[in-house]
Amino acid sequence: MSHAVLSSQRPSADTEATALEVRGLGKSFPIGGLFSRESVRALHGVDLTIGRGEIVALVGESGSGKSTLARCVARLEKPSAGEILLDGVDVLKRDRFQASRAFRSQLQMVFQDPFGSLNPAHRVEHFLRRSLAIHRKGGSSETETQQRLEELMTTVGLQADMLNSYPHELSGGQRQRVAIARALAVEPRVILADEPTSMLDVSVRIGVLNLMRKLRDEQGISMLYITHDLASARYLADRTAVMFAGELVEEGESLDLLANPAHPYTQLLVSAVPDPARAGSYDPVRRAELRQAVMASTTCAFDGDPNQTCSAEEPARHRVGDPENRHWVRCHLYRPQAGAGGHALATEPTDNKASA
Amino acid sequence: MTVSQVSFGSHEPVLDVKNLTVKYIGDTRSTTAVDRVSFSIGTGEVFGLAGESGCGKSTIANSIMRLLKDPAKIAAGSISFGGKDVLAMSPEELRRFRWQDVAMVFQSAMNSLNPVLTIGEQIVDIFTTHAGYSRKESLRRAGQLLELVRIDPARLKSYPHQLSGGMRQRAVIAMAVALKPSLLILDEPTTALDVVVQQEIMAQIKELQRELGFSVLFITHDMSLMVELSHRMAVMYGGRIVETAKAQDVYANPRHPYTQALMGAFPPLTGPRVPLTGLPDGVKFRNIPDLTEAAPGHFVAPFGADAEAAVLEGAAR
Repeated sequence: MSHAVLSSQRPSADTEATALEVRGLGKSFPIGGLFSRESVRALHGVDLTIGRGEIVALVGESGSGKSTLARCVARLEKPSAGEILLDGVDVLKRDRFQASRAFRSQLQMVFQDPFGSLNPAHRVEHFLRRSLAIHRKGGSSETETQQRLEELMTTVGLQADMLNSYPHELSGGQRQRVAIARALAVEPRVILADEPTSMLDVSVRIGVLNLMRKLRDEQGISMLYITHDLASARYLADRTAVMFAGELVEEGESLDLLANPAHPYTQLLVSAVPDPARAGSYDPVRRAELRQAVMASTTCAFDGDPNQTCSAEEPARHRVGDPENRHWVRCHLYRPQAGAGGHALATEPTDNKASA
Repeated sequence: MTVSQVSFGSHEPVLDVKNLTVKYIGDTRSTTAVDRVSFSIGTGEVFGLAGESGCGKSTIANSIMRLLKDPAKIAAGSISFGGKDVLAMSPEELRRFRWQDVAMVFQSAMNSLNPVLTIGEQIVDIFTTHAGYSRKESLRRAGQLLELVRIDPARLKSYPHQLSGGMRQRAVIAMAVALKPSLLILDEPTTALDVVVQQEIMAQIKELQRELGFSVLFITHDMSLMVELSHRMAVMYGGRIVETAKAQDVYANPRHPYTQALMGAFPPLTGPRVPLTGLPDGVKFRNIPDLTEAAPGHFVAPFGADAEAAVLEGAAR
């Protein structure tokens, strides 16, 4: 990349257009035996929009519901409630029972494990050629298909002769690039990437993030980047949304959100990222307070502000700072009825200060 | 190499590894997993070993514990612990050496607990087997041990699945320090945990280390975490150490291109968003020469144009 500072905003031409919109998405899983009526609420009332050519990061701890959201949006899981709008069309209504081919050609996924997502028995060419054939994107002749294959390889930064390689001959980073090329073959509008770098060797992770940014910049593909790594979310995404116990608690322009986290859960996450520049910043007392504020808040920073609506029953969104940053935080007093998520927080002792 | 002479403070080194070479010997070819590696760890020192999967860092840990299995073989070098030659120990000496002198916390150690025994039974086992305490005394000490890592002693009656991942990892760490070893080996102790829990575990280890005064060999690929915790650190690539110095020096001034790439792989949380490059796919270093002292206490393997032997081999595959 030639520019010194990465563009923090997506191309301004299509700021208004929405590529993917999720409204009130909910998902609960039944637990217990066949006749049990109990269920775990994994997602509740998730509203999220991704503009054309925008990268939105979804961060949170394991069990917070990030991957369930991705699986619902990708139609691998049937949501219990809500709407998923792709280019304004509710895909849950349009393709009732399963994802249609049209849907798959609009939205593609890149998974965490590039070792598991490529069939070891086939050459790289097979994966790409199959995508092209199924979605009829290979052109009318073999020459065109061949040309397209080579283009795809160049786009993801691989050499064309690797088309003949088997997955085991490639490194993790190269495999993930093949997985991305396979997603690109169908010319999607939106890519869902679920922890695409967490299984890669650290030194090649940045390369994959840079590739994702390049695809956005050059082809205007929108992306939902799911990660638990706040630093990479800040590096890649225009906006970041924070998920806790199946609900979004804060969202905003990435740089602003991580510089001024408003929700105690976000503050907890940000303060836990190891950063040599602030070594030894761990403070068990402050940590216990934040934990307490997440699990059982008693005060809300926006309490008494006549311009803000407050509610302990239903989530209310408060605007934080400059409207340009589109930064909002949910009322601290409202707590998700944590079915999933927050396990790590909830079961750890909260009386850490005793031993300080 | 003079690296082994540089240790933290003026103490006698607890662990001294010299020119360690480990080979995996196959029928048709053998691979050198660890290649002439030397380092030492002083009393109460936290020494970090950084590098990616396959660079040989876990092989080193297993060599120190004498846990290597066929086809791995220590081909050359020496490991001495408090003056004793680890490689010459008899099975009986080894049994005492493991856990009493050196304890190890493995990656995803929280899954190494026995699911059908309570936490208490598993800790009591350590005391009755290794220290010969009575059951009652062992149980009392097990309770103290859990308190040390801030778990309610009532949890002694819990089964592993009743604890969260973070608590299980704490319990495993408590078990590792049960017999007050003088060296604790941590092999990626927090990789499977969430950031919040990870930071708490690391703070816990730091506190235990201050209290009990053991030395730590800390293995991870997370450079930020390593710099936060370690006094000194070494960066490994392809079985070789390419750079070693005080952790703060490596952080402030990484000299080897591989160290720089590792550092660059972790985007910062503050400041402007600047493009990072990492290590290009397929770039490999070969024939890494011995370390030379680039600055006082800062050893780097020569690389690039200023050393004939080092080759930065471009992206063939």
